[in-house]
Amino acid sequence: MNQLHSFVVKEFRHIFRDVRTMMILLVLPVVMVLLFGYVITPEVKDIRLAVVDLSRDDLTQQVVDRFAQNRYFHLTGTAGNPTQGRAMLENGQADMVLVFGEHFAEQLVHSREASVQLLLDGSEPNQAAARAAYAQQLLLAVAQELSATMGVEPRFQIQPVTHALFNPHLRSEFNFVPGNMGMILMLICAMMTSVSIVREKEMGTMEVLLASPLPPLVIIIAKLVPYFVISFINLVTILVLCKYLLALPFAGSLWAFMGISVIYLVVSLALGLLISTLVRTQLAAMILSLLLIIPTIYFSGMTFPIESMPVMYQHVASFIPARWYVAAVRKLMIQGVEVQHVARETLVLATMALVLVSLSLATFKKRL
Amino acid sequence: MNDNIVIRVEGLTKQFGNFVAVNHISFDVSQGEIFGFLGANGAGKTTAMRMLCGLSVPTSGHATVAGYDVERQPELVKRNIGYMSQKFALYDDLTVTENLRLFGGIYRMSRRDIKLKTRQLLTELNLTNERNAMVRSLPLGWKQKLAFSLAIFHEPKIVFLDEPTGGVDPITRRQFWEMIYRAADRGITVFVTTHYMDEAEYCDRVSIMVDGHIKALDTPAMLKQMFNAPTMYDVFLALARQATRG
Amino acid sequence: MDQPIVIVNDVRKRYRRVEALRGVSMQVDEGEIFGLIGPDGAGKTSLLRILATLLLADGGTATVDGLDVRRDYRRIRQRIGYMPGRFSLYQDLTVQENLEFFATTFNTTIEHNRHLIDDIYQHIERFKRRRAGKLSGGMKQKLALCCALIHAPRVLLLDEPTTGVDPVSRKEFWEMLFKLRDRHGISILVSTPYMDEAMKCDRIALTQDGRFLTINTPQAITSSYAKSLWSVRSDRMHALLDDLRQWPGADTVFSFGETYHVTIKNGHDSEQLRSHIAHRGHNDIHIERIDASIEDAFMALGDNNTANVTL
Repeated sequence: MNQLHSFVVKEFRHIFRDVRTMMILLVLPVVMVLLFGYVITPEVKDIRLAVVDLSRDDLTQQVVDRFAQNRYFHLTGTAGNPTQGRAMLENGQADMVLVFGEHFAEQLVHSREASVQLLLDGSEPNQAAARAAYAQQLLLAVAQELSATMGVEPRFQIQPVTHALFNPHLRSEFNFVPGNMGMILMLICAMMTSVSIVREKEMGTMEVLLASPLPPLVIIIAKLVPYFVISFINLVTILVLCKYLLALPFAGSLWAFMGISVIYLVVSLALGLLISTLVRTQLAAMILSLLLIIPTIYFSGMTFPIESMPVMYQHVASFIPARWYVAAVRKLMIQGVEVQHVARETLVLATMALVLVSLSLATFKKRL
Repeated sequence: MNDNIVIRVEGLTKQFGNFVAVNHISFDVSQGEIFGFLGANGAGKTTAMRMLCGLSVPTSGHATVAGYDVERQPELVKRNIGYMSQKFALYDDLTVTENLRLFGGIYRMSRRDIKLKTRQLLTELNLTNERNAMVRSLPLGWKQKLAFSLAIFHEPKIVFLDEPTGGVDPITRRQFWEMIYRAADRGITVFVTTHYMDEAEYCDRVSIMVDGHIKALDTPAMLKQMFNAPTMYDVFLALARQATRG
Repeated sequence: MDQPIVIVNDVRKRYRRVEALRGVSMQVDEGEIFGLIGPDGAGKTSLLRILATLLLADGGTATVDGLDVRRDYRRIRQRIGYMPGRFSLYQDLTVQENLEFFATTFNTTIEHNRHLIDDIYQHIERFKRRRAGKLSGGMKQKLALCCALIHAPRVLLLDEPTTGVDPVSRKEFWEMLFKLRDRHGISILVSTPYMDEAMKCDRIALTQDGRFLTINTPQAITSSYAKSLWSVRSDRMHALLDDLRQWPGADTVFSFGETYHVTIKNGHDSEQLRSHIAHRGHNDIHIERIDASIEDAFMALGDNNTANVTL
């Protein structure tokens, strides 16, 4: 224990004494979030809402009222049918159209679940995504309130079905925040860990460590702990920035989010460890780690939606840890789903973590 | 004699912050001389040598090398000197001839000269059969000899050697010095640092640096007489013991 | 006599095309300083790494303190102090921090083995808050030695600790090794390319091209030098070298500091040598019979093996 402690202390000393490392570790994530944040900070006030109510019942009225009362939305008019609603979007009279199908109340009361359609102007994807997210959140809140006042258990669920006109896939820029998290955490964990281990090889200190009775496991853990801690700090920083500076919503469970983030950190750290066993120079470690970032950018759903990829690429994507992390974070942060809905992502990431950790432990050399 | 001076150093000083690495050193080196530049680790040898090679600007004082001012004409200085160090001398992943062609090109030799001198050098070093071998596959001793030949490939006026024989076996080390002699006999001035004290005996004159100053400068014979010491090793010990900085 | 602390038996190591060790055997006795003397590429580092359990030999066996380097590597690592060829401490940590770190690495404290390092540590104590990277070469070596000693090892494995270090620091370093041997009974296996350091060892192995040329005490090696050796000097040293080589009676001619060391073939003698060089116009001729140094012995023994002598 003493060995581990002093090793971890040493690692932190290395980090604190190297200004460049410190910059990368603590400033880079903030800069990146702010950079992307600036791009995506959407103007979400005064969303002009048009309503198409084919059901015309008490419940739809209550939902519409709630929207009207909300400070982000204001009701600009109603349309008799979806086509007219679309026309209002197209000629710029409305930013969003809320379409209730027939028998909305009936469905909700009987099956506890009903859907509404959200039509959006997708030509400005940032804004559209932000607007959609607010509408989704509001719908979630309304459904809960309604079930509470009516004493219904299990609660109502109002499922929004979003259609962005002019940009059907609605490249949700909200992907940028989860995507960024996936990228930054991967970068810091994998690159910093591998570089710091390989540095010891390059400097010759690894030779001394290996010739000492220090168990290799202690070396490994001590190398991982500091970057785990720092990545965790980054995670919290990003969250705080998103919430208070970018005013992004956080809909889901914070604990679930933290949990899956920790698993993702372990995956990234293990990748760094694995890289360190493959290369001899810091430069090579850095290049390999950067190569990890490329698939993270292209296959995580951050820049291109997974669903619109060719099937083969979708298979490739499923090997990219960030793809699962980004999906989970998107669900948890933006859509506010329950924990069980990210079970699949969690399971995949946990398996990856297990495989990678065992693989890197097995390949870590006890000798030179 | 005066006309033959190829290195003239006057009050050369280099300061890093408060630390005076090289403190007002002065000396002359004549053409064809083998000049030993000794000193303990950290005495300021490397810093001084860098300034003479035009790689570092002096804080004060000046120096001319091959007739050019190291501060104002560093490019002309570099063109007229050769340099070899133990750490870097040759490209390991190039062949022997490729290295020669590269350095010949760097020093603006004509193609014909490069070809001619390459053939001559390969025969001299008995490397003709290895001319297309990667440098990394050669034994260390050969590499060092090749590196020296390369440093004087373009017939510089002066060649700077920074610990050229570290780790080399005793026979190769002697062959290396014989090459140095031959270069000196051709009129090339040799400026050399070493940690082998027997090699100090091979120099025409030796300077010993302590804490940034030149504490002694003379022929090995005179130095031994002055310090009443049997070998250069004892001279060095007597001087370097005075050092205060670690 | 106790069992030798290090036993090496026909150890072989090869890296792709290069044969680093071609089957070497030797023993280091308790409490002795054993020197591996030879140039770079002789195989010294490979052997030390094998003994430090960092490399696996391709053939042969080796034990350290009775433990097999392959099987018992964990226990060996507790008992050895290893100093690699390059400076291998943390340059961005201070002297004190490096020492503390290596102490805890070996599950001990600086205080516990203070008596071992005190002599050495006092040289560097005034720099204890300085970062290791800012120390001079000699100081770095002393710190590295402290770190290798901090857990009171039974045997020290030192890979070229004095390479690139100036003569004063080298002398001090050897004095420290003597103290460790004499006061604390620590066995030391040390490699060096400096032939003059051979005389400081109790026993040495002259090493070249992955082989041991000979193993013995340095005195025995120099006194078994077979040929008659002469030191020759004149007023024109550069010219003298060629003139000596051209004398048919000269067997070998090597420069040695201010003189040349010459061995004379049977059927010739030093008087013939004197008249030869006098005839070539040399004055101030000094010729005297001398005892061989380790370097003479190394060149005589190594001569047969190095085919690549190019003059």
